[in-house]
Amino acid sequence: MKLIIAVIREAQLDEVREALIAAEISRITVSKVSGHGQQQQEEFYRGQKIIPNLIPKIKVEIAVNDEFLDITINTIIKASRTKEGTEGEIGDGKIFVLPLEECIRIRTGEKGGSAI
Amino acid sequence: MKSYARRVVFMLIILLSVFTIADASDGNGIDSGATAWMLTSTALVLLMTPGLAMFYGGLVRSKNVLGAIMHSFAAMGIMSVLWVAVSYSMAFGPNVLGGWFGWNPDFVFLKGIDESIMEGGVPEYVFSMFQGKFAIITPALIAGAFAERVSFKAYVVFIALWGILVYNPLCHWVWAEDGFLFNMGAAGAFDFAGGTVVHISAGISGLVAAIYIGVRRGFPFTAVRPNNLVITMLGAGLLWVGWFGFNAGSSISSGLSTAQALTATQAAAASGAFIWMIIEGLHRGKATALGFASGILAGLVAITPAAGVVQPSGALVLSAIASFICYIAIMYKNKLGYDDSLDAFGIHGVGGIVGALVLTFFIRPSWMADATEAAGRTWTVWQQLGVQAAAVGIAIAYAGVLTLILIFIVDKLFKIRSTDKAEMAGLDQSYHGERGYGLINPN
Repeated sequence: MKLIIAVIREAQLDEVREALIAAEISRITVSKVSGHGQQQQEEFYRGQKIIPNLIPKIKVEIAVNDEFLDITINTIIKASRTKEGTEGEIGDGKIFVLPLEECIRIRTGEKGGSAI
Repeated sequence: MKSYARRVVFMLIILLSVFTIADASDGNGIDSGATAWMLTSTALVLLMTPGLAMFYGGLVRSKNVLGAIMHSFAAMGIMSVLWVAVSYSMAFGPNVLGGWFGWNPDFVFLKGIDESIMEGGVPEYVFSMFQGKFAIITPALIAGAFAERVSFKAYVVFIALWGILVYNPLCHWVWAEDGFLFNMGAAGAFDFAGGTVVHISAGISGLVAAIYIGVRRGFPFTAVRPNNLVITMLGAGLLWVGWFGFNAGSSISSGLSTAQALTATQAAAASGAFIWMIIEGLHRGKATALGFASGILAGLVAITPAAGVVQPSGALVLSAIASFICYIAIMYKNKLGYDDSLDAFGIHGVGGIVGALVLTFFIRPSWMADATEAAGRTWTVWQQLGVQAAAVGIAIAYAGVLTLILIFIVDKLFKIRSTDKAEMAGLDQSYHGERGYGLINPN
């Protein structure tokens, strides 16, 4: 079992969600986070260009069984890249994969891969 | 102590002299009481548009909150400029082109009314600005039907054209002295504060636009949860308050008819909300805040055409009926499969139609007596219902057809529908480059 943590652009959330659902991966946790990366983002307030130092991002967490790891990662990469085609851009985000020690479904108490 | 008493007396004298000056008529034939109320009403009706912005803004997803709010605020800019430039002339000038709309070159840029005082003792500037506020909120209402999926540029062009070609003619027909609906039947098609002009036209146009533009991505399988019902409730509250200007101001005076309209408005809003709460409570087991707000609006929309002619008991029943029918209309909306996102048609269209028709049965006897006198023969409720139905039918047909044509043209020129990318990223980022909230949860 693996825990996939993807940090992606806010604007790509729907695209990633739709792609994941199309790939039949529907159990995800999403939160708003902010942080530093290579990217610098510009926003406009009253015509004033502003570069916030902490950039808002979306964090998607998905626990998967090993056989779903590749398809999940590939789906996220494909849906998160913002340049047309397959090329990405600075700011598209990162994916972290962690080993997952245990997974327990609270309702039934069942453990391991079947609980995911 | 003595000097304190002297100061009080001195202050009183100053205050009294201020009141004496204010009380004096300035000799221009201005009725300062009526003018003061109309100025207040003008401000109240303007307040409804930010209220609507909050109402709609809270109902969309957090990525579209500014987009939804800007649909209302943009109307305040665009429609006001147009109103000063040409719209007042088109709405309240004398008939041209066979009565399609009005035109008076003197009204262009309002330059001919600089010193004009109307019959009721109200400066024409005040009347013009009051009416202009209705022209702002009407296109803003339409935006609820196609929320979360239109290009901002196309929207701006659409409401400008819509204001000129749909709102101005309708306003002229119903409210200008030579408008043909104003003169239909014995005493005219009765539309006190804009049931046909504002609510039916906006509701129908919204429906047509929503069907033309199509459903939002993922509709109806993706749950679209309101991002902030708190601001929606505040917006509904502001709409209720502003509606006193909308209805009670539409008497263009400050007197008995103002009081009648004001009372009917309060009774209707309360009854609409109360009945919605009961229906929803019985039907779903829970009385929602959004349901209560919807009931307020259903009641207010229904009383809008009727405020001048129904008595409080009639207002209670009329808006209870409207609330019930709107509830059913919204329930069936999803089954029909179109995406009137924020129920511009479900509330404003349906409520407006119910109000304009059903008001006939609650008209106060004295008005019917006057109508009979004007007709020179018996004038029955059924004859008035025929006139009302004709006005409603004309408003539906005109607004529906013209909206379809306008939206087709705007679509060909500017692509009214957002691109998939823009819609997924949200209107806030795609068209405004801002975000509405800080780090709240996404939805």
